Amino acid sequence: MMKHSITLTVNGDRYTLAVFPWRTLNEVLREDLNLTGTKRGCGTGDCGACTVMVDGRTVSSCLTLAVDVDGKEILTVEGLAPDGERLHPIQEAFIEKGAIQCGFCTPGMEMSALYLLSNHPRPGEREIRHGLSGNLCRCTGYNKIVEAVAEASRRMEKNNGAPGGGRKP
Amino acid sequence: MKAYSIVGRDIPRRDARSKATGSAVYTDDIKLPGMLHGRILRSPVPHARILNIDVSRAAALPGVKCVITGQDTPKIKYGNWRLFPATQDEYPLAVDKVRFVGDEVAAVAAVDRDTAEEALSLIRVDYEELPAVYDVRRAIRKDAPLIHEGSPGNVSVERKIAYGDVRAGFREADYVREDTFTVHPVSHAYLEPCSTVARCDPDGRITLWTSTQTPYIVQCLLASVLGMRENDIRVIKPFVGGGFGGKMELRPWEFCAAFMAKKTGRPVKFVLEREEELVFGRRRHPMRITSKVGFKKDGTLVAKDLKILLDGGAYNAMGPTATFLCGNFGAMLYRYPNYRFYGRHVYTNKPPASAMRGFGAPQSLFAAESQMNMAAEDLGIDPIELRLKNAQVPGDVIPDVATISSCGFVECLREVARMSGWNRKRKTHKPGRGIGVGCYSFISGGVFNWFNTQYPFSAAEVRAFSDGTVHLLTMASDIGQGSDTALAQILAEELGLRMEDIRVTSADTAMTPQADLGSWGSRVTLMAGNAVVQAARQIKEALFGAVSARFNLNVIYDFECKEGRVQARGRPDRGVSFGEAVAMAQKANRGEPVVARGYYTPRNKGLVTPAFSFGAQVAEVSVDRETGLVEVEKIWTAHDCGTVINPTAVEGQLEGSIHMGLGYALSEELRMENGRTLNRTFLDYKMPHAPDMPANESLCVDTYEPEGPMGAKEAGEGLVSPTAPAIAEAVYHATGYRCKDLPITPEKILKGMKK
Ligand code: FES
Ligand code: FES
Repeated sequence: MMKHSITLTVNGDRYTLAVFPWRTLNEVLREDLNLTGTKRGCGTGDCGACTVMVDGRTVSSCLTLAVDVDGKEILTVEGLAPDGERLHPIQEAFIEKGAIQCGFCTPGMEMSALYLLSNHPRPGEREIRHGLSGNLCRCTGYNKIVEAVAEASRRMEKNNGAPGGGRKP
Repeated sequence: MKAYSIVGRDIPRRDARSKATGSAVYTDDIKLPGMLHGRILRSPVPHARILNIDVSRAAALPGVKCVITGQDTPKIKYGNWRLFPATQDEYPLAVDKVRFVGDEVAAVAAVDRDTAEEALSLIRVDYEELPAVYDVRRAIRKDAPLIHEGSPGNVSVERKIAYGDVRAGFREADYVREDTFTVHPVSHAYLEPCSTVARCDPDGRITLWTSTQTPYIVQCLLASVLGMRENDIRVIKPFVGGGFGGKMELRPWEFCAAFMAKKTGRPVKFVLEREEELVFGRRRHPMRITSKVGFKKDGTLVAKDLKILLDGGAYNAMGPTATFLCGNFGAMLYRYPNYRFYGRHVYTNKPPASAMRGFGAPQSLFAAESQMNMAAEDLGIDPIELRLKNAQVPGDVIPDVATISSCGFVECLREVARMSGWNRKRKTHKPGRGIGVGCYSFISGGVFNWFNTQYPFSAAEVRAFSDGTVHLLTMASDIGQGSDTALAQILAEELGLRMEDIRVTSADTAMTPQADLGSWGSRVTLMAGNAVVQAARQIKEALFGAVSARFNLNVIYDFECKEGRVQARGRPDRGVSFGEAVAMAQKANRGEPVVARGYYTPRNKGLVTPAFSFGAQVAEVSVDRETGLVEVEKIWTAHDCGTVINPTAVEGQLEGSIHMGLGYALSEELRMENGRTLNRTFLDYKMPHAPDMPANESLCVDTYEPEGPMGAKEAGEGLVSPTAPAIAEAVYHATGYRCKDLPITPEKILKGMKK
């Protein structure tokens, strides 16, 4: 079987890679690019722990073939606060509101929150819950995550609507 | 409540930043040079003799570096109940016989996962199938197939408790009822699948990074099955993505990784698939619970006779502890003058059940609390009133178990009634709406030493430095619940330091003090917390002596560590900074490091637990009478966890418990057919999602546990139990359908309403 050459822009960095056609974006991010912030909780598209952004839309990276995102822009949790100093308002709110326990769902939750807030800067509680409905969390009961997203939306609005310190997807 | 400066404050968890940025390293994020990838071959049949295994084709596949079967291993059985070797019934890989669909039969290590997976398909196993049994009542019959030699009737563990005179009690009773409840298997469903990486060090020792709640247990049992010395194995717990009881034993992949790392000289990683977790993984025990209770007309409890059959699946796992504890949970919360328990742990040809948040309490309390609600109705007494009448209070004695010390159960009941508007809602409710109550009491760690450890139950080491920092080393395992943060808060409080002055190293058996039995049974806050306090007090003694000498103070002066200083109480001018005090103590002792070790092993606390938590919960539901769908509108909780170390963390435990309790009551179920688990993905294992969660309101009643560190005790495990009985009662209140067999499904409700 032949490997395919693909080019991905991940968190602003360009990579040219040779991958087998069956490799998922999740595998390529975690194993080839060592971007292990993106998790894998099920591999079947049901838990959301692997959520990343492709051209500004969230996808389950465990169900996305790497060859299918050739040439696209990808944002992972590592790209939310690229300089490592100032965190993205979503990350700050997750930390301060107690939205993180084991943390395994956190990167995926944050990406879903980013997508939600990019499209609905001032979501109500129902919208937030709906926006997170593709992400499972076994630890928190979701409430503090919902509070964190509401808090992030307030902070992002203060930052003139820009989705915070991170690179724009 | 005593005023603290750091304990009781909402301090964000210390690992939150690394988790929020994705830099926290979990086991599957570890990649070592030359690392191989392992996969496990499992039995496709529920019960069979292994006649032959042919691995030659798998071993010949390019890229395959190692293939092992049970015959290649030292064939040593293991199990967590080391105190009773007869209960140690598992081999890391099956020898001679398989006992459930999923039993581990062989393992492969290859250069990548795909190759390992392909190799599995090339292994040929010849089985001679044996008759299998899946139902506990059939399994205990004389003619049932025998699953383990040496366990006649397939009963592996029995526990009996009796005090008072149950027969006389029932004679005295004005009202007696007997009910049988059944509860179903559910998955821990921690988001991080089990994973492990083993490396054989150049000197032949093993380093194992593994997703576990109990590094010390893994270390000891791995040593025993490999025939190695315990300290030749180093177990490190990286970040762990949840455990809930499902990661507290040695597991076959941990053995296989270590064994194959030794054989190949290369690191070996195993990561389970979610399908393996759901279909073959540990689960909460299904049980069949028969309970008979007797009351006086006025509602006073006089007797209880409880019989439980635990469906253990094919191996003991943590079933013996669950059996043991079920007997205790049956007699908690209320005053039972006469009590009898008979529990049996029964083997069936199904994936083993084991510990899961609550450890037998969600099952036995579903029965006990539901029965309380039924009795209240028959006696014509309000369910909360009936509970208040029988509630345990401080100083109550549970025979052979404990004397209850702190206990805010009565306050919990009163508060939850007030918060929820119980009296009004109970009397006037719209059709299709209902309100119900459930309660819990739980242990703050177990006393019974089934692991037969020679070490203290918890230990901590504190090193103090002249730059004003301290280093806490503890084997307590943070698996998401936040123990690293809670223990650091306790230490900072005791030493008058800030959180940023404290470095924590936890759960690395080569670094952190022997020992700690790990994170389960809600033992960490109380036990590890006490060990930390003890170590900190020794540090203070060393510093107080040095500071007293420096200021030439009269012997009557007391000292304190406060706000980064060590000083005479009431005379802050007579003092130095914490770092200076450390330097002084060291100089006085020719440079001897300022290090202290603390430990905790319960004393005079009976055989069960040093302290009990309590709580009461009310659920309000609406039920669609056309479809039978239940919507839980709101949950109110009042609970007693002693001093709250970190309010956000306690709320987080409560909300996570509600999530799990909601799933247990309404939607989660591992569906079984002939020993096979049918749920293969999260799509068909229905955990609540964010939109499914009810509103919730909670309150901690103010108590102080004398045995706990700064008055703290269990929070967050017992809380998983009251939700199912509260919802069941609310559904009954709304529809007239009384659930005695969890989960409460729309089908059951519709059928029940027709009757
Ligand atoms: S790992 Fe992709 S959705 Fe679960
Ligand atoms: S924090 Fe553990 S799964 Fe969400």
